[in-house]
Amino acid sequence: MYSPKKEIQKGLIVVLPMIAVLFIFVYGFIFWSLRVSFSAWDGILPNMKFMGLSNYKTLFASQRFQTDLFNTFYFTLFFMGTCIIGGFILSYLLFSKLKGEAVFRTIYLFPLSLSFVVTGVLWRWVLSPEVGVNALFRMMGFPAEFGWFTSTESIAEFNLAVISLIIAASWQYLGYTMAMFLAGLRSIPDQIIESAKIDGAGEFRIIWNILIPMVKPITFSAMIVLGHISLKIFDLAYAMTGKGPAFVTDFPGLFMFETTFRGNNYAEGAAISIVMLLLVALVIIPYLYSIFRGEEV
Amino acid sequence: MREVDWSKVIKYILAVVFVLMFLFPMYVLFNTSLKPFSEVRISEMWLLAQSPSLEGFLESFQKLRPNMINSFLLVIPVSFFSIFLGSINGYMFSKWKFKYSNLIFALIIFGMFIPYQSILIPLVQVLNKFGLYGTLRGLILTHIIYGLPISTLMFRNYYAKLPDELLEAGMLDGLGIWGVFRRLIVPVSAPATVVVLIWQFTSVWNDFLFAVAITQKPSIQPITVALQNLAGSQVIEWNVQMAGALIAALPTLFVYIFLGRFFIKGLLAGSVKG
Amino acid sequence: MRKSALIMLVLLFSIPALLFAAGEQELEEGKTLEIFSWWTAGGEAEGLQALIDVFNEKYPEIEVVNATVAGGAGTNAKAVLATRMQGGNPPDAFQVHAGHELIDTWVVSDYMEPVTFVLEDNGWLDVFPEDVIDIISYQGEVYSIPVNIHRSNVMWYNADILNEYGLSVPDSMDEFFEAAEELQKNGVTALALGDTNTWPATHLLASVILASTGPEKYKGLWEGTVDWSDSDVKEALENYAKMMDYVNSDHAALTNMDAAGYVAEGKAAMNVMGDWVAGYYMSQGYTQGEEWDWAPSPGTAGNFIMLSDSFGLTKNAPNRENVVKWLEVCASKEGQDAFNPIKGSIPARTDSDRSKYNSYQLAAMDDFSSDFIVPSLAHGSAVSEAWLTKINDVMSVFTTELDVDKAMKEFQSLAERYAPANK
Repeated sequence: MYSPKKEIQKGLIVVLPMIAVLFIFVYGFIFWSLRVSFSAWDGILPNMKFMGLSNYKTLFASQRFQTDLFNTFYFTLFFMGTCIIGGFILSYLLFSKLKGEAVFRTIYLFPLSLSFVVTGVLWRWVLSPEVGVNALFRMMGFPAEFGWFTSTESIAEFNLAVISLIIAASWQYLGYTMAMFLAGLRSIPDQIIESAKIDGAGEFRIIWNILIPMVKPITFSAMIVLGHISLKIFDLAYAMTGKGPAFVTDFPGLFMFETTFRGNNYAEGAAISIVMLLLVALVIIPYLYSIFRGEEV
Repeated sequence: MREVDWSKVIKYILAVVFVLMFLFPMYVLFNTSLKPFSEVRISEMWLLAQSPSLEGFLESFQKLRPNMINSFLLVIPVSFFSIFLGSINGYMFSKWKFKYSNLIFALIIFGMFIPYQSILIPLVQVLNKFGLYGTLRGLILTHIIYGLPISTLMFRNYYAKLPDELLEAGMLDGLGIWGVFRRLIVPVSAPATVVVLIWQFTSVWNDFLFAVAITQKPSIQPITVALQNLAGSQVIEWNVQMAGALIAALPTLFVYIFLGRFFIKGLLAGSVKG
Repeated sequence: MRKSALIMLVLLFSIPALLFAAGEQELEEGKTLEIFSWWTAGGEAEGLQALIDVFNEKYPEIEVVNATVAGGAGTNAKAVLATRMQGGNPPDAFQVHAGHELIDTWVVSDYMEPVTFVLEDNGWLDVFPEDVIDIISYQGEVYSIPVNIHRSNVMWYNADILNEYGLSVPDSMDEFFEAAEELQKNGVTALALGDTNTWPATHLLASVILASTGPEKYKGLWEGTVDWSDSDVKEALENYAKMMDYVNSDHAALTNMDAAGYVAEGKAAMNVMGDWVAGYYMSQGYTQGEEWDWAPSPGTAGNFIMLSDSFGLTKNAPNRENVVKWLEVCASKEGQDAFNPIKGSIPARTDSDRSKYNSYQLAAMDDFSSDFIVPSLAHGSAVSEAWLTKINDVMSVFTTELDVDKAMKEFQSLAERYAPANK
């Protein structure tokens, strides 16, 4: 007869040290960053003098960070929107049992295997104002004056340059939402759709009244995953556009990196990173909570 | 006369339009990387390469080869340890209930979502203290540690589907907790192992933030950083850059093409579905 | 079995990874000298090698380790340097911009030894212009040996274009605007700017400020003794904003070299950039007097905005004696005359062998010995790196929004925070 308790102890001896290290590297370090964010460390030599919230005050008052927050907001909004709507459309196309579905699926999914750096380098070329798609439009006879990521125009604080990043990021992630929705659509029992058809429902009715509601959980979880990616966006912005003129394509992730590793302003960098953490936590914690609540039952 | 199914036609058209939208950047990628230097100067991106040449590939391969090697040296140990440690953790959390196990597991998973910027400063300090800053070993260690949550999650989800009877039978036979693991669990772990391998291979290969923060010397840098440096240099040679981007993307593209099934599985398992 | 095969494969790769990444080479004490820089390509690398050759001729028994870190225009190297210094593993000597970049980063934090003795012991203090000694000193001691001098306030222009429209080379900001108007009327871009990396805009601003304030007030801005609300400074900011009307529309996507190229290619008439552009033009085969020529940037004739690469003596350098020898070579006529002709810059010494330099360099050397010398803003001489980073941020916005009052306020608050007089 085995005693679970003893066995569990044997298990924990192996597992706990690993978890302890992980927790130090995650939670311990977060706490450390928090401390640095309250300090006066802005040069080569550490200076841990306690400054309270003054770094945060300066940060939120700075034009650069304010622009970053707006950029993050609009990027998140349109990136999520494009991926969810576009992903659903793609998944519905594949759901409709077109011939060659495997080929389509492969093509829509492959950008996901790429690094944001590769995507960034590629789309920087494609959207380059002089020689990119603008040149293509001009060749075809259309006027093409949009500066893409060099554009400093904005509408209600939405810096139009961010559109370039939205396009590149969506190109990469559309396949993800497509795959998620496709799995979801396929798990809908056939009878529901069949009986709706028998009742005379047209295609759009079916999509609107049955399919979309039934994939709500997937929509929700996709929003969470995409949201947390967009809140921490760094690689793509770094490789594709940099911070842009007047920070039109700047993001907290980029700002943090530059100020810490180029400007040696550790306190400011730490403050930015804590704000990023809070933003992500706002999204992830409720989500994780709902998952685990569900599991406990 | 057969009725034309218009809705199908429209769908096909839409699907093809999307394909074009997805593929045209790849056209640019391939086309530009096959151009000789002379053709690239004349900002004619969209014209087909007049005299295709491998100049771009040769030059970028020459520049990126050491970094490609670094990426392999990075990804392989990380994948191995992620599989090894993740399976142990996943096993523990899937089959053995102990006090606070759910809470601890949730805290582990949260670690997957944090922006790495919020631990970057202390990480760099600690690595420096141990002489690991600027080294490939330091980067490997970093990825192993921060890869624990996702590999634990994937193994745990997989093991949860294994029947409890397996466990009980093993215990009754006198195998201890780790005996069961070694003899009964590990032999059937192949599917999850492959998924974790693919996932870690692609995410670590594609990582940029840790790589650029931890390694500075070009001889140590993985290929993502090297590619970015190539692209950021003063005189931009587009054909070299596009060829470089393609080279950097090839390994993960291969993984995707040949092991696509597992790749997608990993994707879906990566998003917590509960 | 699958798993054990996998394990074998992984161990096979992990072991070399761990060994290979095993760490820095052990250097033999006393017989070596580690020179740390980001001079990895072109004229810079060759110039450094020439300097090393001069050193080795004198001291053949010392092995020079040329430790360079490429990439990011020095940002990678600076990051490696910072870690090594903080980690107690300093290089013997490292490349650094002379002036506040060195002083506020390393001297103030007590990482450097004064090197006044190198100049004193060799009787060289008088060979360097007084203004230069000023720039490389802190609290009365010299902390770095300038190997080269570059000029920042240079305007490059396409002689053919100016001739075509009957324009003489602008000598003042007013003349500049007249010429720019004329050029714009004829559909020609008057000024090329390539500020995707932001600093070229700061670089331009420095010249524009100097034109309105003159050298004393210019220096005062960086010392903290002159306010940004000063009428001359305000005039300069307004001039800068006005200049943006005449700038190429794609400036935010171009690098400084792209913009310089525009002038020689005939796509723009003028460009303000440091004198490394001369070497670039010559290497591309452009002809001076036709596709390009130069003059001090409008309104700054008689003044020389200098930037300089230099080497210092790190405290606890592993091979201190060798570093001192290296610094002597750097400061010597032989060393400077070996390095500068190749790099395209001019020596900091005033007694060099003129036969080794090209026409641009000779003209620059003449100006250097007669002009007022002031420190460069954009290249680490006038202000600390922390201050400069913030200035660049303000420039990024100013170049786009052209809001003079806002920029003035922001520059002023930065000066209050960072200027030496205010600390």
